[in-house]
Amino acid sequence: MHLHRYEKWWITFGIGSLVLFLIIVGIGAFHQGHQPPSSVKTINYEQVDKVTPFNEPGLTKVSGKDWDYELVVVASAFMYMPAEVEIPVGSTVKIIATTKDVVHGYGVTGTNINMMLEPGYISEYVTTMDKIGEYLVVCNEYCGTGHHTMKMMYKVVDVNE
Amino acid sequence: MNNSTLLRVDKRDARLVMAHMYVAFAALAIGGLMGLLQVFVRSGRFELPANIGYYQVLTVHGVMLGLVFTTFFILGFQAAAVSRTSGTFTAKQRLTSWIGFWIMLLGTVMSATMILLNEATVLYTFYAPLQAHWIFYLGLTFIVVGSWFVIFAHMAKYAQWRKENKGESSPLLTYMVVANSLMWFVATLGVAAEVLLQLLPWSLGFIERVDVAITRTLFWYFGHALVYFWLLPAYMAWYVVIPKVIGGKIFSDSLARLSFILFLLFSIPVGIHHQLTEPGITEFWKFVQVVLTFMVIIPSLMTAFSMFATFELRGRELGGKGLFGWFHKLPWGDARFTVPFIGMAAFIPAGAGGIINASHQMNQVIHNTIWVTGHFHLTVATTVLLTFFGIAYWLIPHLTGRVLTPQMNKLAIIQAFTWAFGMTIMSGAMHWAGLLGAPRRSSYSTYGDAAQAMEWIPYQIAQAVGGTILFLGIIFVLIIFVNLCWFAPKGDEEFPIGEVDKDAEQTPKILENWKVWITVLVALILVAYAVPIMDIINGGPLGSKGFKLW
Repeated sequence: MHLHRYEKWWITFGIGSLVLFLIIVGIGAFHQGHQPPSSVKTINYEQVDKVTPFNEPGLTKVSGKDWDYELVVVASAFMYMPAEVEIPVGSTVKIIATTKDVVHGYGVTGTNINMMLEPGYISEYVTTMDKIGEYLVVCNEYCGTGHHTMKMMYKVVDVNE
Repeated sequence: MNNSTLLRVDKRDARLVMAHMYVAFAALAIGGLMGLLQVFVRSGRFELPANIGYYQVLTVHGVMLGLVFTTFFILGFQAAAVSRTSGTFTAKQRLTSWIGFWIMLLGTVMSATMILLNEATVLYTFYAPLQAHWIFYLGLTFIVVGSWFVIFAHMAKYAQWRKENKGESSPLLTYMVVANSLMWFVATLGVAAEVLLQLLPWSLGFIERVDVAITRTLFWYFGHALVYFWLLPAYMAWYVVIPKVIGGKIFSDSLARLSFILFLLFSIPVGIHHQLTEPGITEFWKFVQVVLTFMVIIPSLMTAFSMFATFELRGRELGGKGLFGWFHKLPWGDARFTVPFIGMAAFIPAGAGGIINASHQMNQVIHNTIWVTGHFHLTVATTVLLTFFGIAYWLIPHLTGRVLTPQMNKLAIIQAFTWAFGMTIMSGAMHWAGLLGAPRRSSYSTYGDAAQAMEWIPYQIAQAVGGTILFLGIIFVLIIFVNLCWFAPKGDEEFPIGEVDKDAEQTPKILENWKVWITVLVALILVAYAVPIMDIINGGPLGSKGFKLW
């Protein structure tokens, strides 16, 4: 099939840009480890309260792992447990979350923490909280009448003060 | 173009098309009004009267505009396109189309009734385990099954044309309709499986639980193709109609067909890019579909080139000089050109935003924020919608035996600029608020006066201003629609069909060999989806019971 010379240039430039974008995204993902939250761990959503670690939601210090703290979150219509958490600044946190009923969102405003919580699945994400401040967590997937009231608060604090 | 081509759509076919248009524009009126209520509520300055919920209004808005307006308009336009370029439907083909139309309308009424009774406040994506009334799901099934009747009738006409014109290349517009119909059929198999095998029996109590991850994956197998089902009819008008409107030629018949084949192949095996932040699907398969998603950008780049090549060739023919002189020579006073052109221009930022959304881990920045709402109000609610309006301005008078008067032409151009202005404000505010973390699909909330949430409120007020201007645009277009249906002067409005540039070469036969393309399509779908779906089935958790949380 005949392509006009300018069209060849245009398509080459276009595909070249797309390949470049994909290489950047791919290096970020597979070399630097910036992957979207993709845990495949499962749970019986009706037994969440009875299963470790979800029977004790909250922040726990851990040792011998790649992260300093584990933050266990249980979502249900229309709340998160815990409702508030204090995190020492600079610490690396693994968020481990699930839902007891419908699909909920978990978006931490002002950060790249953003994941879906689906019944039967555990969602996980590891991140470092390196700025002091208050971060609002909102449910960003429609879950019912009270969807826009569903929130949690991260307080990233300097423990030495 | 073939000599047997009719210049005028047959009266009986015109009635069929107009039936689709009445439903489409009624849905536009209702859906548009709901949009206005939403932006008001979210500004924090207005509350809905007793017992009407924000999410109920949001469900009506999404279903009416995303599913009903688009499907009826597109199938009506495609019927007109086939009838105009491949000849009048046979009695049997027309009857099949009518049956499809009535099934779709019945389905629409069933689903709409359940939404109005507050039995289906599940938004237009109806994600399980929120469980709507079974009549809502059955209504959706009817809309899909009805649409199959309609596209089968169109494809039957195409098959008939091929038989009667052996060895010839089919009319371009009919070919495009067939490509879009095939894509729609293969994509709707996913949502049909979701509703018929899971949601419907579940809501009726025949099965207790559904696998939520499977329902979502099947939905998005369909859901991304859905957005291309909206876009391709706009591309049909750009490739085939606009060149004729401006007095130019179609740049290349074979490249137009090739781009539609690429859309057919790459619109479906990409749905997981809507599920990038979900559990249950591994990083590797997400990335595979991200790569496939980027492939679907290529035919859009080709389309952009073809469009501007046609514009420049015509502008220079009219005496445009210099690098950009041709641009001024284009017929800016003609709504049939200017209205879709504004839509095309909107696709530049819209497409760029789409690339961001699909970029694997970058999706976390904007996922489920109101940025996404801003994005698709540029793509479907500006690019596609303004092109559809541009089509309606010649198609409806063509079918009703009337003409677009200079006054209505002027109002149409004012409408498009009003729309562009309102959308710049609303979509712009949505994009910015989304970057600040404001969630989509959420009623007004200060989240306990959280400082970050307070930052979103000025943007929400801007959205209300933009939305109000957009509603004014809806009123303008409804005035034009009513005028063209019942009040415009009688006359002959052209159904413009472009001719291929005389220098363009013969269209390769392979482009019309559907067996090849369907085989490639099935192979791509298997590559993209077989493993992720098997993983969910094999490793999936206990299924979910239904919840009604509204």
